[in-house]
Amino acid sequence: MSRHVGHGWTTLLYKELLRFWKVSFQTVAAPILSALMYLLIFAHVLEGRVSVYDGRVSYTAFLVPGLVMMALLQNAFANSSSSLIQSKITGNLIFVLLPPLSALDLFAAYVLGAVVRGLVVGLGVFVVTLVFDPSLIHMPHPLWAVAFAFSGSVILGTMGLIAGIWADKFDQLAAFQNFVIMPLTFLSGVFYSIHSLPPFWQAMSHLNPFFYMIDGFRYGFFGVSDVPPLTSFPIVVAFCIILSAAALLMLSRGWKLRQ
Amino acid sequence: MIAVEVTDVARRFGNVRALDGVDLAVAEGEFFGLLGPNGAGKTTLISILAGLTRADRGSARILGFDVINDYRNARRNLGVVPQELVFDPFFTVRETLEMQSGYFGLRRNGAWIDEILHHLDLTGKANANMRSLSGGMKRRVLVGQALVHKPPVIVLDEPTAGVDVELRQSLWGFIRKLNRDGHTIILTTHYLEEAEALCGRIAMLKAGRVVALDTTQNLLAQFAGLTVRLVAQRVPAAWAARVVRREGSLFYIGLDGYAELESLLAALREDGIAIDEFALAETDLEQVFLRIMRAPEGVPA
Repeated sequence: MSRHVGHGWTTLLYKELLRFWKVSFQTVAAPILSALMYLLIFAHVLEGRVSVYDGRVSYTAFLVPGLVMMALLQNAFANSSSSLIQSKITGNLIFVLLPPLSALDLFAAYVLGAVVRGLVVGLGVFVVTLVFDPSLIHMPHPLWAVAFAFSGSVILGTMGLIAGIWADKFDQLAAFQNFVIMPLTFLSGVFYSIHSLPPFWQAMSHLNPFFYMIDGFRYGFFGVSDVPPLTSFPIVVAFCIILSAAALLMLSRGWKLRQ
Repeated sequence: MIAVEVTDVARRFGNVRALDGVDLAVAEGEFFGLLGPNGAGKTTLISILAGLTRADRGSARILGFDVINDYRNARRNLGVVPQELVFDPFFTVRETLEMQSGYFGLRRNGAWIDEILHHLDLTGKANANMRSLSGGMKRRVLVGQALVHKPPVIVLDEPTAGVDVELRQSLWGFIRKLNRDGHTIILTTHYLEEAEALCGRIAMLKAGRVVALDTTQNLLAQFAGLTVRLVAQRVPAAWAARVVRREGSLFYIGLDGYAELESLLAALREDGIAIDEFALAETDLEQVFLRIMRAPEGVPA
């Protein structure tokens, strides 16, 4: 038996990964299937009717990164939030509250667990959609795509952590998901370029942090975006820092976790 | 060395004073009992030791480490068996123990985990999912989780609730062995005969205050005497204050000694009360507990 600094939080991370991997049919396969459904329906109905980036990109190709990012964000949120609420309601959260884990340990484990789930699902959606448009593999700026995918999943993993700490019941968590996460995702330009919106809604979209994540991610695929990535990335990182600071403060105060 | 030190700890939940200025010191190697009725503050006190609840006032230390300012060292030295029967349905028994070991930063802990499984009679269930275990087995896994980092101080919050007699015996055998090996044990239980048999020293809590704190022997000696178990329609008016407990027509009456027995019998005869059943017993911890809890100011003078 030997004690290792850092083994505590990596064990919690491993637990978080094992938790979703043991039910991967539900946590990975199901969201990939639903993203595929969106692609089949929207691409079939709207291909040729919607012009994006002045016709430089086909609608189906445009839709793919949006769906990849949507699946990634939703699943990152789902992982940390559902893990926490389940542990709180069943009472087994006590197992991570009794050991000498710091606020940063808990934050790192829950958020990285969410990041991995988000990236796995996002990658899964991407691989499946390649069947429809193999040319998507030729990304002009793959590193931008990775940077936005990673920071986006950190943001949603952190939001899931905050929502999981805040919620006392499953329906409160569902409300957070339906009234905060869903509108922000659907109104972020997953299905459309915001340039096709009236000026007022274009301006509103610029207030939605999710818009910058999806727009920047798309830049990696096409080299074209509504906002330059050098503008959107700092906004995403700033949002990430604010949320992380809030989550760390909640954890170190023991808010809702330690009475 | 003091294993657990609690100084002037108070905690309120809304209008309820769960703890109202508690002082306790438990020496290393002790087998210490924490008794009290439901709502007396036992679990709140344990939660404060474990860092699950924060005190409004006062401080708590595990082997000298403050549970807030030096929580890492405090928690490394403390193992807690929670009262609620909680488990993670995603994992097997062995995974549960390995995970708990990992949270404490421990690697290559397999040998000790095997030993825990053996002592708790769980070896055959090591690879069974937690969901498939009976209540008693889940309780034993909770004990195992508390021991996985070999803590010098072990707190058990009603560990035998819902555990059958045979298992309770083997569990106590294991806890006794840990105590002999030098572990400090703090126990709360509703089974007072268990506390009497196991604990060297006992604190009794009532409404968030310590109302009795002494060795088990002294507590028993303090109330040396007899208890009469009487089944009758009523008791003589002069003896009403001596009734320790009543269950319908069954009265428990405390006596100071055999000399009083005669006056009790005389009073019964005088009042023409028919005795349906009559038995005598030495005072046990349960009687002591009931007398202390009934006394308005804690320990009667």
